[in-house]
Order: sequence, then C-alpha cells, then structure tokens
Amino acid sequence: MVAKRIIPCLDVKDGRTVKGVNFIGLQDVGDAVELGRRYAMQGADELVYLDISATIEGRNTFTSLVERISSNINIPFTVGGGISTIDDAARLLDAGADKVSINSAAVNNPSLIDSIASKYGSQFVVLAIDTKRVGNEWLITTHGGRTLTERELFSWAREGEERGAGEILLTSMDHDGTRNGYPCELFRELSRHLSIPIIASGGAGSVDDIAKVFSEGGADAALAASIFHYGEITVMELKRRLHDKGIKVRI
Amino acid sequence: MIAIVDYDTGNLRSVCNALERIGSEYCITSDASVIRASERVLLPGVGAASEAMNNLHERGLCNVIKELRQPVLGICVGMQIMCQYSEEGDTSCLGIFDTYVRKLASCVEMGIKVPHMGWNSIENLKKTIFEGVHEGAFVYFVHSFAPDKCKQTIALSRNGREFSAALAKDNFYGTQFHPEKSGDVGEAILRNFIRL
Repeated sequence: MVAKRIIPCLDVKDGRTVKGVNFIGLQDVGDAVELGRRYAMQGADELVYLDISATIEGRNTFTSLVERISSNINIPFTVGGGISTIDDAARLLDAGADKVSINSAAVNNPSLIDSIASKYGSQFVVLAIDTKRVGNEWLITTHGGRTLTERELFSWAREGEERGAGEILLTSMDHDGTRNGYPCELFRELSRHLSIPIIASGGAGSVDDIAKVFSEGGADAALAASIFHYGEITVMELKRRLHDKGIKVRI
Repeated sequence: MIAIVDYDTGNLRSVCNALERIGSEYCITSDASVIRASERVLLPGVGAASEAMNNLHERGLCNVIKELRQPVLGICVGMQIMCQYSEEGDTSCLGIFDTYVRKLASCVEMGIKVPHMGWNSIENLKKTIFEGVHEGAFVYFVHSFAPDKCKQTIALSRNGREFSAALAKDNFYGTQFHPEKSGDVGEAILRNFIRL
C-alpha cells in the first residue's frame, strides 16, 4: 500500500515564501529553496510551490526559482499559480517541475487538462479545485475564491479525472486558513466519486485534523502550510505521531 | 562518464540533477559509439512502453543496448522495455529480463489506486544496488504497469498485486521506482550503481 503523503505548501511571491490567512495579510516566512530543503530533510513526501506573483517579472523569477528547486531537492515537487496555457506548463516542466497544478484556467478552458495530460502524461497534471458551500451544494470558485462559478464540485472533479488529471487537490475555501480541521465528509464523498488520488488542503490546525482526513476522509495526501512554517510542529514529528495512530507514512 | 540515453521519452532534468547532486559526470546522448564507450549507461523513461520502443528502434539503439557489457540501469519505462513484453500497447520489448510487464489493477474499495503513485516500501532486497538500504525502505513510484516477479527480481513491492520493484541480470539493472526522486534512499541506490 502506498504511504499517506505529507506535503508542505509554499506560497511564493517574487522568489520568497509567504503564507496568507484566507489569502489576506501575507507574512514572509523565508527563502523558498532553503525552506523546501529543510522540509525534504525532515521527511516531507512532496512539496508544492504556488506562485502568487501577479507580474511578469514575478513569473520569470518563479521559473528560475523552479530550476533552483529542482537542482537542490531530491523529492517530487509540484508548481502552480497562473498556469493558463500548455506553454506555461512546458516552461515549468523544462525548469524541472515534476507536476503542475492548474486551477482557474482549467475551469475556464477544461480542454487545457486534456492537452497537458496527453502531451506530458497524467502524472504531470494536478487539478486544483477551490470549493465553497452554497446552500446544499459545493460549488467551484476561481481566482483564489473570489469568483463563484455555477460548476458543481463532484461533476467537475469527475470531468477532470476523465480529461486526464492525475490527482485532485481540493481546498474548501470555507475552511482554508481557519485551522479548524478539514471537512472530512466532503473528502469522503469525493473519494467515492474518483479513482485518482486526492490531496486534502486547507484547514489543518493539528495532528488530529490530519489523521482524520486520512482515516475518515479517505484522502491520499495532506497539504499544509502554516502549521509547518511557524515551526509549531516539524514534518518528522507529525509523521511519527501519525504513525503512532496507525497511519502508514514514510518515516 | 555516465551516458544518459536520449530517446525522447520525457524530461531528463531530474535524472541529471540527481547525478549532479551525487557528483557524477554524465552526458545526454543517442550516439551509439558514445553509449558503447561510456562507463555506465542510464536508460530513463516516462510515458508509454510502445512509444519508448519505437523511439529506440528509430535511433537504431535496440541492439546497442542489448549488447552493452558495462553496468546499465533502466528507470521506470526504461526498465519495462528491458523486459520481454509489455501489455501496454501490446509491445515486444528488448528481452533482457525474463519477465512480462502487466497493468496493475485498481480496487477502490480497498484503496488501491492506479496509477500507483507515491511512496511505497520495497522488500526482499538483494544487495548490490541496495547496499546500505534497509528492508522496507520507501521509494517513489509513478506507474500503471509493472513487471511480474521472476528469478531476476532484486526488490519487491505491492500495489494490489506483488510486482518487481527492481530487476538485475548480469550487468543490467532496472528500477520501477524513480531513484532520482526518492530522497536519500534513491541517492544511495544511484551511488551504489555508480560504484558497481
């Protein structure tokens, strides 16, 4: 059986790592390559780097950062943020990224999933989905939660899988940044709809939250940022405690 | 010098980066004479076995690879095409390892997913390239097809069914996992291959 993965997420702006609470109020938490290497040494299974730069200069800085990451880090890493064409994906692949995560651009142009997956393989495509509960439905949002669409979560996730996405990275915008835990029922429901791995994101505040999203939510991986960045718990300590709870992790 | 065989099957960057991290010199080539003259040969591979075999044929490298006498390491699809046959695209392969490559089966109820993607443990390790690597060590896999267990199996793993995580025959080695992405364990395996 594959081990459950722990994936620290690093938001990068102009080459530096930042993490926002509900995407507002960014704080600098350090050099992106150095932080990634520290996580890898502590036992992180993968890393996700999200480029939140809004400018072309920022984008170019990010591409050269990806080259540095790929030279320095010996575990897989995903990059995301602002990927809207197959050329963007190709540029990041050439820079050494193992996977790209696509979000808003895929919602606006679903065939982007097909074109990247058919050219570079499903293992290269992570479909990131931001969702928000509206009444009884989970709907898709884009642009960091600012735009609500009419697309429904489960059908979109299934469509993403059919179009060739290799993994789904799901964030509940209602939970992201709150540190009150993941919506485990939502993850369990999603895992019934899909056969590709699901990465749970947004809301981890404790070891128990992460243990629950694996055992109750059926997630294959957990992505977290703030609990690591501020040194509250190391990746290794988290994995030891998950192991003690009977969860298969790589130690 | 390590020759990384360039036959247009995916990005070679992570393999190159890993070799740089462990301080090995390499070149990327599809030139038969360069491949024959190198001390070590690395056959990477991402994508489909059928395409990989076609690309190797087109470059006239099938027999070149089979006749090599120096240590050769195939990674992922690079190892699969060193087997007899792959179900993927009904592909006849190089026939170095005496085994078949078959699709892994998923089982959602049991949480077994295909592609088999992520960190899994390897067992029944036969030394050589696993010197210093402990039983049950975790390595990184990304694949949907895998070679059956056979007498040349030097490591086993399991995703639903058991399969060969690594193979060895004479000077030929292969790993189904990606040592270049498998952290310190992967780097140890690459170092062992270079020291063979």
